[in-house]
Amino acid sequence: MALLNDEIRTNLVEVFGKMKEEVTIAVFTKEDGCETCKDTLDFMKEIEEVGEKIKLEEYDMEKDSKKAEEFNVEMTPSIVLLDSEGKDNGIKFYGIPAGHEINSLITGIIEVSGSGEDVPSALKERIAKIKTPVDIKVFVTLGCPHCPGAVAKAHKLALENPNIRAQMIEAQTFSELSDKYNVSGVPKIIINEDNDLVGNQPIEKFLETIESL
Amino acid sequence: MGFELNFDSSSLKSNTKKIEENVIYDVLIIGAGPAGLNSALYATRNGLNAGLIADKYGGQVLDTSSVENYLGYESIPGEDLVGAFREHVEKYEIPIKKDSRVEKVEKKENRFFLSMSDGTELKSKTLIIATGSKPRKLNVPGEEKFSGKGVAYCAICDGPLFQGRDVVIAGGGNSAVEAAIDIAKIANKVYLVQRSVLRAEQALVDKLETLNNVEIRLGTQVKEIYGEKLVKGIKVYNKVEDKEFDIKADGIFVEIGSVPNSGPFKDLVETLPNGEIVIDCSCNTSVPGLFAAGDVTTVPYKQISISSGEGAKAALSANAYINKLK
Ligand SMILES: Cc1cc2nc3c(=O)[nH]c(=O)nc-3n(C[C@H](O)[C@H](O)[C@H](O)COP(=O)(O)OP(=O)(O)OC[C@H]3O[C@@H](n4cnc5c(N)ncnc54)[C@H](O)[C@@H]3O)c2cc1C
Repeated sequence: MALLNDEIRTNLVEVFGKMKEEVTIAVFTKEDGCETCKDTLDFMKEIEEVGEKIKLEEYDMEKDSKKAEEFNVEMTPSIVLLDSEGKDNGIKFYGIPAGHEINSLITGIIEVSGSGEDVPSALKERIAKIKTPVDIKVFVTLGCPHCPGAVAKAHKLALENPNIRAQMIEAQTFSELSDKYNVSGVPKIIINEDNDLVGNQPIEKFLETIESL
Repeated sequence: MGFELNFDSSSLKSNTKKIEENVIYDVLIIGAGPAGLNSALYATRNGLNAGLIADKYGGQVLDTSSVENYLGYESIPGEDLVGAFREHVEKYEIPIKKDSRVEKVEKKENRFFLSMSDGTELKSKTLIIATGSKPRKLNVPGEEKFSGKGVAYCAICDGPLFQGRDVVIAGGGNSAVEAAIDIAKIANKVYLVQRSVLRAEQALVDKLETLNNVEIRLGTQVKEIYGEKLVKGIKVYNKVEDKEFDIKADGIFVEIGSVPNSGPFKDLVETLPNGEIVIDCSCNTSVPGLFAAGDVTTVPYKQISISSGEGAKAALSANAYINKLK
């Protein structure tokens, strides 16, 4: 099942044309008990095809457990975006980034390639000051129009500071995890397990929460 | 779960220009819903040096699953409609500042000074406020506590999380009935609870009445939302029977209209007690050089077509004002 149609493909060729450096999409799947693994992998193959500077690496959660450990991959399907040096910047997607989330995937790829938008200098300084490890989970549904904004902000923070890592989590694919974190509104943002924000919050709000940890 | 892609080409493709701190713009437009976007179109086409500021680029229409009353489109997903608006506006290369909020506005010697949430300061000769509205709250016990834990305000976002569950929709206007129809497709049971009578368009009510997992409770007021970690149900009061009773449900979608986003401007401009910015039929406010358009104003009927028309009018009024300054 192809997800990209001709119109989106043409647009993506143009968008990916702006990429400064290469980006590797590392996809982790599993043979059994993963309903959306195949769709996710097929979708990423389509994305690889339209981006000259995009490479795809396929990993099996069990056979490549070392790699999974290296990138802190805990569930499948999952996608880690690696920069041109093969480095993990803490930017991850759990579940297929289809529906509206194609937008956060593309933003992520552009950001990791080094062609992202600048953060205003006042915010940049605040982000640089964060010294403690921060883990941001952003729960989304694929039909949610303002979820990609929240995901992109979390990913941006991860890119700006190596102490921060951020994951999109598709709530229906990982329904047990969603129940564990009481997700019944999206985007739901969980910072270091017990701090939560609901809604597409401004980046300052993320920072306030992180600074109060 | 459908994977169908909702590709946002305008925001990913655009090399939009940035708003500069050291420029004095002819007009700054706050808000990028139908009103702000149409203001931007008319302002740039009239040769004004304009800038557009948007917290949520596209406004409320992004949260609308399908629009069926915009002239020329029988039925179009809200985000496709607003995507077309944005693409049109971007043809004129207007500088846009996204994802940031205006926190305060001051007027000093015929200049407007805007303080932004990211710490930047912007300046202009005229200003158009098109900040729209946000969902009205029920203001009942439990609503705040369970917000995002079963209490929801965006049906197309949070609907999928209630697959196979029981859901209450509070309200009786178009958006409530649309939400009930949408959520009935996946929920086990939907209760539509409305204080008075249904006010939605007949076409929608007819559709609602064909669904057999929807129960409509009119004359019924929500009194309390209760639960533990998550919502477990609501307490309601029925006026006709003068009785209180319980509806067990896993979620409640509040669709009872909207309140204007006029908070940052209340010290500067005249508003009604309900928060609406007072305008005349040329979109003038109580402050010379300050115009307002769309849902945030006293204009009756909050609709996409009305807001976009008002936006055009505000830009034309700003243009006339600037011409008089020259
Ligand atoms: C679920 C739903 C369904 C609807 N269905 C229909 C329909 O079918 N047909 C129809 O005609 N209408 C419909 N409406 C109503 C319609 O969406 C609104 O009337 C219209 O969007 C109002 O346009 P606006 O430009 O005035 O404001 P909005 O669309 O609310 O846009 C306001 C803009 O201002 C920004 N903003 C707010 N505060 C600030 C700030 N402080 N700083 C910076 N930016 C700010 C926002 O981010 C946004 O960009 C629906 C509304 C909802 C919620």
